[in-house]
Amino acid sequence: MQNIISRKTICLLFLMVTTFSFAKEEKHEGEGDIKTEIKEYINHHLLDSHDFSLYSYTTDSGEHKYVGFPLPVILWDNGLKVFSSSKFHHGESVAEVNGDYYTLYHNKIYKTDAQGSIDLDDHHHPTNTKPLDFSVTKNVFTIFLVGLLMFVMFSRMAKKYKTGSLPRGMGRFLEPIILYIRDDIAVPNIGVKKYKRYMPYLLTVFFFIWIINLLGLTPLGVNVTNNIAVTLALALITYFLTTFTANKNYWGHIFWMPGVPTPMKIILAPIELLGTIIKPFSLMIRLYANITAGHIVLMSIIGLMFIFKNWLGSSLSFGLAFALSLLELLVAALQAYIFTMLSALYFGMAVEEHHDEH
Amino acid sequence: MEKLINEFSIGLFFWQLVLFIGLVLLLRKFAWKPILDAVEKREDGIKDALDSAEKAKLEMTNLQADNEKLLKEARAERETMLKEARDIKNKMIEDAKGEAQEQANKMIEQAQAAIESEKKSAMAELKNHVAGLSLDIAEKVVRTELSNKDKQLELVESLLAEKTSK
Repeated sequence: MQNIISRKTICLLFLMVTTFSFAKEEKHEGEGDIKTEIKEYINHHLLDSHDFSLYSYTTDSGEHKYVGFPLPVILWDNGLKVFSSSKFHHGESVAEVNGDYYTLYHNKIYKTDAQGSIDLDDHHHPTNTKPLDFSVTKNVFTIFLVGLLMFVMFSRMAKKYKTGSLPRGMGRFLEPIILYIRDDIAVPNIGVKKYKRYMPYLLTVFFFIWIINLLGLTPLGVNVTNNIAVTLALALITYFLTTFTANKNYWGHIFWMPGVPTPMKIILAPIELLGTIIKPFSLMIRLYANITAGHIVLMSIIGLMFIFKNWLGSSLSFGLAFALSLLELLVAALQAYIFTMLSALYFGMAVEEHHDEH
Repeated sequence: MEKLINEFSIGLFFWQLVLFIGLVLLLRKFAWKPILDAVEKREDGIKDALDSAEKAKLEMTNLQADNEKLLKEARAERETMLKEARDIKNKMIEDAKGEAQEQANKMIEQAQAAIESEKKSAMAELKNHVAGLSLDIAEKVVRTELSNKDKQLELVESLLAEKTSK
């Protein structure tokens, strides 16, 4: 496993570097420009986008070229509006749909007029109305792709078990992981009697986060788990699963903590209740922050190569970026593990049987 | 925090929720359940196989012990049988010897008795025969003696002398 991963990393890194060189080598006007450009690029990378662009470059005639494909935009603005994101021309033009005008500003869709004017307030936030945006963005597309990949991968793996009880093909690699989640995450935390109910969620969330984190390290430039919306959705599922499967014992410990004096019980109740929300909240923030930080640092160090522009500094930051990529590979798996582990822990608290020693 | 809220996209949240829950449900039906069931079945199978192997081993040892015991018993039986046979043989030889001795003794006795009686009858016959002979001889002697008067007198005289000397 270690071998495969490191081989992958090397490939990834080379791809990443080539991608960035495409993106960066277009302008050589000055160091300050490159710095701001890198900063913008990082910010841009951290945001969702309405089209799947792999990289962009400027032709000799000064034309901006994007390599990628547009994605469908779905808006709810006095009725459902569906159109292709190619209408925005990467934010360069205003899209007109049935007499309404929309424009992209910092990757968000705003309602505008035919000229595409954006009114900014004192904090540089647009005051234009935002239609409800259910577009299939780059991230949604990636989520769907990962879902599809997982479905194909694991249903194929499941089918192989019908003909023989031993894993074959990909199952050889995946089965130990599945067994690890079962034997070292689910069973010890939830208990042997009730773990089965949570297995589908734990397995799915582990592989989903892991695969999507790994995909974030590829030069495809997708970056799903650093969206608070994604981690919130995952944390909410954990929260609801915990809340709705909890037994009497769990609620008893929250509202009327046994074994402490009555005034303490009254004080503890709101704290405990808050705790139930803080737990999934920490899940959300932890995953979001780790992946975001990793991406920012990694991209900054890769950006340094273009700022140094000498063999020593650039090769040093290359080495650093390489080491950091390895670390990020670990973080990708680690965050998936932590999310799964903590979810299992919370489920375990929710279904824990009554013990008198409390 | 403000940036976070500003960045928050309802659309992405919605899609993530829908797609992820859909994925969990789909995978539960088509992947996790069959995989976990198969793995569990296999683990049970392995456990059963190990158990039965252990059992078979135990049975083997039991069987071996039984065999050992049977073998021992058989050996002991053979031993006793051999001993008995030897005893019988000895006894038979002994018996035969005794009987033969007895038979021989009896025969010897009979032979001795027969010899004895034969001897007696032979003696009797010899006596009779000797007596007859003696009588004949005596008669002949007497006859010749008494044919001569002198001799008859002589005899009487000797006989008388014999009587009187006594």
